[in-house]
Amino acid sequence: MIALVITLSTPLLAALVLAVVRSPRIGGWINISATAAGFAAATWLAWTVLGQGAIHGDQFQVDAFNVYLIALTSLVGLSTSIFSRPYMEHELELRRVTPRRMRLYHASFQGFLFTMLLSLSTNNLGVLWVALEGATLATVLLVSLYRTPESIEAAWKYFILCGVGIAQALFGTVLLYFAAARVVPDPERALQWSVLYAHAGQLEPVVVAIAFIFLLIGYGTKVGLVPLHNWLPDAHSEGPTPMSAVLSGLLLNVALYAVVRVKMITDGALAAGVAHDPQLAGRLMMGFGLTSFLVAGLFLHRQKDIKRLFSYSSIEHMGLMTFAFGLGGPLATFGALLHMTVHSLTKSAIFVTVGHASQIAGTQRIEQIRGLIRTQPQVGWGLLIGSIAIAGFPPFGVFTSEFLLLTATMKSSPWLTVPLLAGFAVAFSGLFRHLQPMVFGALPAGQKPINMNPVPVTLHLALVLWLGLSIPPSLARWFDDATRLISGSGLL
Amino acid sequence: MTAYADLPLIEQLIRTFAALILVSSFALLAQARVVAAIQVFAWQGFLLSALTALVAWNSGLPHLYISAVLSLVLKALFIPWLLIRQSRRLGILRDFDAVIRPGLTLMAAGTLVIFCYNVVIPVREFTQIVTRDAIAVSLALVMISLLMLITRRKAITQVVAFMSLENGLFFAAVTATQGMPMVVELGIAFDVLIAAVIFGVFFFHIRDSIETLDVDQLSRLREMDE
Repeated sequence: MIALVITLSTPLLAALVLAVVRSPRIGGWINISATAAGFAAATWLAWTVLGQGAIHGDQFQVDAFNVYLIALTSLVGLSTSIFSRPYMEHELELRRVTPRRMRLYHASFQGFLFTMLLSLSTNNLGVLWVALEGATLATVLLVSLYRTPESIEAAWKYFILCGVGIAQALFGTVLLYFAAARVVPDPERALQWSVLYAHAGQLEPVVVAIAFIFLLIGYGTKVGLVPLHNWLPDAHSEGPTPMSAVLSGLLLNVALYAVVRVKMITDGALAAGVAHDPQLAGRLMMGFGLTSFLVAGLFLHRQKDIKRLFSYSSIEHMGLMTFAFGLGGPLATFGALLHMTVHSLTKSAIFVTVGHASQIAGTQRIEQIRGLIRTQPQVGWGLLIGSIAIAGFPPFGVFTSEFLLLTATMKSSPWLTVPLLAGFAVAFSGLFRHLQPMVFGALPAGQKPINMNPVPVTLHLALVLWLGLSIPPSLARWFDDATRLISGSGLL
Repeated sequence: MTAYADLPLIEQLIRTFAALILVSSFALLAQARVVAAIQVFAWQGFLLSALTALVAWNSGLPHLYISAVLSLVLKALFIPWLLIRQSRRLGILRDFDAVIRPGLTLMAAGTLVIFCYNVVIPVREFTQIVTRDAIAVSLALVMISLLMLITRRKAITQVVAFMSLENGLFFAAVTATQGMPMVVELGIAFDVLIAAVIFGVFFFHIRDSIETLDVDQLSRLREMDE
């Protein structure tokens, strides 16, 4: 419990401190130390939960499912803050941001981490909503940090679309509370996930089904499911790159986590299958997921901006995960959990490299980024290896998880493997037609390497490689515990 | 089905206020002047807060009084004050945000209300008239706010629509479930407050970047070949 308190309070305190620290240089270092402390606390928390079992508080609950996401969130937070320090200093030198806005940037960064950790660890579905809305509020001014017309437009779109989207989720939460109030007499406990999950069988199936649809639309907007994805490429491409890394690596995961949690309740409520298809929730998620996967794959081909390119790749992968969680069953769930991990590690590494690449080239336009591998081999190789990993090549972890998902699909609904395989091929070609010239193309005159820290990218890609070669037994058991929690039975 | 006159007075009042809130959302939809839209929004917040107090009286739940005060301060006073102040500073208080085909828009809103009742009536669990009305009206409030959001061109009226969407959700929580747990309500109020402040800051950013508050002009980012 102490570990949880420290994990949650570190980013909150850091946000308050950073809001008053004037010097951007010191702010950058405080940012790193706070995320490092948060990561240490999260590791401790994970260690405790693994050793002694889940923490079931009234307001907070940490079990196998969310503790691994907490650990992942603070790891990505740490490496992104390490990357962001030299990156943002460079942006400051270029006068794209002012010291005042750097203060806003650092405070919002920590505030965002706090909302992520709060939504993961809370046991109250209402607080989960509040925290996810808080995440939008914390990041909206970061998307418009550069104050260009494009970034203002992206932030406005992000604010309105996500705000409206997530309002639907609040309506769903109210409906769920309405259904629960008849079963759970104590109103303070009727929104607690653990209570709802325990009483899921008694909830009115029709009301829960309607609530789930609202919740799926609401949180699905934040996951970036097609056709609710319009904000995502804009917000990713116009904000500062560290922001794109945490949006893709963390926010999308946490929103999907919220969807999976309410799906668990919905499945319990509809299990009797009297009024409705008992797999309604799963089928809806499969439909949305597969659509997102295929549409985003096609959009990859038309992109001109490197950050938009990779944000469509995020939509594609989130679609795949949504599909897998919808498919259900231990194999698909295990694969989806693994995919969540490797995707957020790989994608944040890619965004870090993309940030360096666009600083080298001085633009985000794909056609003007050329010859990276000769200007700065670290960046060129980072982008190449990262893209190979995200495209699902062996021996990287993404291959393992995609292979598991494909196997699971083949087992339960074989005809769906055809669109899945086609989607993989389309996405692969979409990425590599742009990547090839950026990495190997002719070197433009006068392109200089920049100051960067290679540790975050190397660390992330090494982890992804490790997960692809051999998942350590303790981690596999960890994933298996989470799988058992979500799908009812384990894999190992 | 119970006749309206047979209900206790307090429940009649609750219904009347619920109906007034629905009417106010129609007024909001048809209101072209910025300042008038903000005023209607303030009235809607006031009605909502009065409704919450009535529900609190009827159900004897003390925490609902707190949310009544909270929504009075936040939605009837602070947010309208903030919006009026910002639009005065931007010099757009007297501006018009023309409603496209007002007659058609209002007809569409009326259809939406019927549609919402149609969605809700067949659901067996909502046979209690109070909850059925509550769910249907709040769904209608949400839908009408969405309609307003897509028919408006100015950032400030879009924010009013956004906030009235939040009102619709609050209405659902108050009437269908007698409020939410306190920690959730405080959290939601906090989010709304922060959102209002950020919107206030944002108006200036939008004006500085495109020299107008017509969000129509925000059209650089699109998925088309140039």
